[in-house]
Amino acid sequence: MVSEITPDLVRHLGVLARIRLSDEEVERLTGQLDVIVDNIAKVSQVATPDVAATSHPIALQNVFRPDEVGQTLTHEQALQNAPDAADGRFRVTAILGEEQ
Amino acid sequence: MAAKIMDFDKALELFEPVLGFEVHVELNTKTKMFSDAPNSFGREPNTDLAPVDLGLPGSMPVVNAQAVRYSISLGLALGCSIAASSRFARKNYFYPDLGKNYQISQYDEPIAYEGQVEVELEDGTLVEVPIERAHMEEDAGKLTHVGGAAGRIQGAEYSLVDYNRAGVPLVEIVTKPIFGAEHHAPELGAAYVRTIRDIVRALGISDARMERGNIRCDANVSLRPRGQEKLGTRTETKNVNSMRSVERAVRYEIQRQAAILADGGTITQETRHWHEDTGVTSPGRPKSDADDYRYFPEPDLLPVVPSRELIEELRAALPEPPAARRRRLKAEWGFTDLEFQDVANGGVLVEVEQTIAAGTTPAAARKWWTGEIARLANEAGRETSDLVEPAAVAELQKLVDAGTLTDKLARQVLEGMVAGEGTPQEIVDARGLAVVSDDGALIAAIDEALQAQPDVLAKIKDGKVQAAGAIIGAVMKAMRGQADAARVRELILERAAQ
Amino acid sequence: MSDIIRLTAAELADKLAAGEVSSVEATQAHLDRIAAVDGDVHAFLHVNEKALDAAADIDRRRAAGEQLGPIAGVPLAVKDVLVTTDMPSTSGSKILEGYMSPFDATVVARSRAAGLVPLGKTNMDEFAMGSSTEHSAYGPTHNPWDLERIPGGSGGGSAAAVAAFEAPLALGSDTGGSIRQPAHVTGTVGIKPTYGGVSRYGAIALASSLDQVGPVTRTVLDAGLLHDVIGGHDPHDSTSLTDAWPSFADAAREGARGDVLKGLKVGVVKELPDSGFQAGVAESFRASLDVLQAHGAEIVEISAPHFEYGVAAYYLILPAEASSNLAKFDSVRFGMRVDLNGGTVEDVMAATRDAGFGDEVKRRIILGTYALSAGYYDAYYGSAQKVRTLIQQDFTAAFGQVDVIATPSAPTTAFKLGEKIGDPLQMYLNDLTTIPANLAGVPGISIPSGLASDDGLPVGIQFLAPAREDARLYRVGAALEAALVDSWGGPLLDRAPVLGGAR
Repeated sequence: MVSEITPDLVRHLGVLARIRLSDEEVERLTGQLDVIVDNIAKVSQVATPDVAATSHPIALQNVFRPDEVGQTLTHEQALQNAPDAADGRFRVTAILGEEQ
Repeated sequence: MAAKIMDFDKALELFEPVLGFEVHVELNTKTKMFSDAPNSFGREPNTDLAPVDLGLPGSMPVVNAQAVRYSISLGLALGCSIAASSRFARKNYFYPDLGKNYQISQYDEPIAYEGQVEVELEDGTLVEVPIERAHMEEDAGKLTHVGGAAGRIQGAEYSLVDYNRAGVPLVEIVTKPIFGAEHHAPELGAAYVRTIRDIVRALGISDARMERGNIRCDANVSLRPRGQEKLGTRTETKNVNSMRSVERAVRYEIQRQAAILADGGTITQETRHWHEDTGVTSPGRPKSDADDYRYFPEPDLLPVVPSRELIEELRAALPEPPAARRRRLKAEWGFTDLEFQDVANGGVLVEVEQTIAAGTTPAAARKWWTGEIARLANEAGRETSDLVEPAAVAELQKLVDAGTLTDKLARQVLEGMVAGEGTPQEIVDARGLAVVSDDGALIAAIDEALQAQPDVLAKIKDGKVQAAGAIIGAVMKAMRGQADAARVRELILERAAQ
Repeated sequence: MSDIIRLTAAELADKLAAGEVSSVEATQAHLDRIAAVDGDVHAFLHVNEKALDAAADIDRRRAAGEQLGPIAGVPLAVKDVLVTTDMPSTSGSKILEGYMSPFDATVVARSRAAGLVPLGKTNMDEFAMGSSTEHSAYGPTHNPWDLERIPGGSGGGSAAAVAAFEAPLALGSDTGGSIRQPAHVTGTVGIKPTYGGVSRYGAIALASSLDQVGPVTRTVLDAGLLHDVIGGHDPHDSTSLTDAWPSFADAAREGARGDVLKGLKVGVVKELPDSGFQAGVAESFRASLDVLQAHGAEIVEISAPHFEYGVAAYYLILPAEASSNLAKFDSVRFGMRVDLNGGTVEDVMAATRDAGFGDEVKRRIILGTYALSAGYYDAYYGSAQKVRTLIQQDFTAAFGQVDVIATPSAPTTAFKLGEKIGDPLQMYLNDLTTIPANLAGVPGISIPSGLASDDGLPVGIQFLAPAREDARLYRVGAALEAALVDSWGGPLLDRAPVLGGAR
């Protein structure tokens, strides 16, 4: 159930998380991630099938808003922190992957 | 190098096609799914956004009540059960068209599940398509690729992102595997999407214009050798942008996969891309664990727990199911089976219905939608139903009924409507196409024509009324068709009687 | 002038209302204080150049006879996790250096509307991940009690600011103790409200199911006054509660009047024995319990058998949610972008996040990505959510027997800068007593309980109450505070070393 933390796994996680990791970082993280193994072991002592999971601390439901336009950002505000923009749009370098 | 394909009938001899469809429907709410930014088409890029559409630090989603109601209605119309408790989940992946690098969707508790849709094929066969689930989610922004071939992503220098579409409400409808379509498989795909389209338009929850991307379809195809239990590997084909494409893409995939399997090869499980121009699919990225979406319940949003009352209220407001509706309309309109089939197969049932509602006779509505409009659509490679608005067609017919236009002139006006020149009346005025109703002008033209063909008058006086035809022709030519031929004939005969 | 900065917010508010001092004077006094000591303390990342303008505006409106709120004109420090339109918001990270938000956090907007004068943005552990403010990308904050020691975290800046008299009020955020633990190590007051009690809109998200925004002050009454301004339903935050809240300032005043402690049942957690705490901390804790008893409270031993699993569960839930919340920092729409001279956007994203995130943030993102990975969800994140249920059950059972639960706010007093930074596991244990409240969503307060006898550094006592019973914490906190301050002959902070001048 618990997978072994290997440098390859850490590198893969780095890709999933889009963080470039140096070899040194990969090595260091591989060691430090073992803490998760301890956490899981601890938690699994009490997290038995008969216990329900709680994802929200305070149980609310049906929180909605009416279908009415509110206050929106101006075009300038939307782009005010853009690292690069052209033609009123955010500009990025070539994309490798496909749309989902 | 084009991929090898097998003859379709041969493919079906050897293999059984199994289909699946994921259809995304864009809802036409006033605001987005999780923000109160406007949900509208064609604005300047990156205008009227809410902070959460851009994933700005500190921004948070809030659920659109109307989108939830629409989704429940759609679920009910698909024959689904509505979840007692439904929740949102984050689908985590990085892509520049995502404001937050996760999409808020639904995973283990969709709003609707376990339904079925009756789809009618061209020959009248009814197929029941099983629905796995329908769930709510948000759309991504729009990317424009610059510098590559034909705006494609491959070889592009850079890309531009517009987040106007990010956050628009979507309902994703997923079918269960569809068995037994056999030779009808390609047609079934198109008919299914058409049916979904009709349903959402009848519900009034989506404009459902496939051209505009209001309704999108991903087609899943797998083959299994006849007699085998185990399902084959499936491919998912995207970029299927019209009903015609659905049909063609399904057919192509069947043929392509059959060729591979017959050669002893294996099908790669992957996402493929449909090319309407060349009529083939090409591979996208292979489906791998790079697609680890790490779903978990959306902590910023609370569960949706629809009340009994709400569900029954929405159920009571549902329009009649498509099959019952078709039977009713056929009876009301007084069409023959063949005439009705033309309308249904042409994918213009709703359009004809709406044109009639706007004041046209059933016969006239049918004539336009299965006749001239269908012809123009076919020429342009577009969906008939997307070409013009029913109300405009009704207006056009009114002008014909009033004698302002002849059928021939009306067809010219229709071309103008399709080209976006404006309303029928505007086009008539702009192009000066109205039938000349001034008898004086007609008589002047008649006299001119008679002068040019002096022997005709004598012939008519002699009783050879058909001779008037030559004059009618000449007058119509002189009037550039803007005359009522019947009136011209009347006037000629009056002249002759003098 | 220096007298002004020693006033509590309540006292300053009274003087402002009475016209004895102007907001401009008060604001200037605090700006002067910041100039004098912040070189040493480094509580602030940004000081508001427009503070005096805002103050002058309040004075103008007051002079014109306008009816202003009870704390109008009082200066306020804002933790940099809260976005502001007029000052950069970095969340302590390089990846957001210079980021200017086009909208104010709701709590900031409400503060401005109440006439509070934003003084500046305070330092914090990067993206609120930490217990010492040593993980700030902009250098650590120093504890005013001993500049070589940590001020706590992640909200060390806000706590240090009020402890150093640089601001009478501050806003903080608490995900696993980030308000309460800094209060404990700096001899100040901090509250984590009931989850949903205060809007999270505009608080740069760390772990959405754990984060709460709350007041950081020197007295319980001051905290109540600030909580009254910022709390309440916000339609922008779907998780915010629609409850009508009583006035927390009134609750504090009621507590200070005295009778609240009589018959109060105070639970002490059996599974958190004194041996788990620094001797001086445990001693101070016991001494406060004695004071409670002396005033008529009953100390009851309660069992919370699942508290011990809290840290493990927390360090599965937090990284998982954080890994998703921090995905938005990708160089595309805002924030840092590394120029790779070519390279795909995926490369630019990866390089930017490598350069822009510190080690602790990276560690937790990787950990969280793993916890959510395909095939591991049920065992990791899913299981941790079960511990949340169990801890809630512990609280429910306990509150069936007692009115409040008391614990030391943290295991040790302020450790030295650099002492624990190399050992993440050690660092994580700082949150042992504070984490359960975040997991369960119940409110918690930390007030000064005294100085540790072994090192003379501040110790805080934490009270926990049932969800929605924040007012109870203000009553009890104010009552104990009154008793303790009385016994000390003045607030604990009077004994803090004098700051100012070159170090």
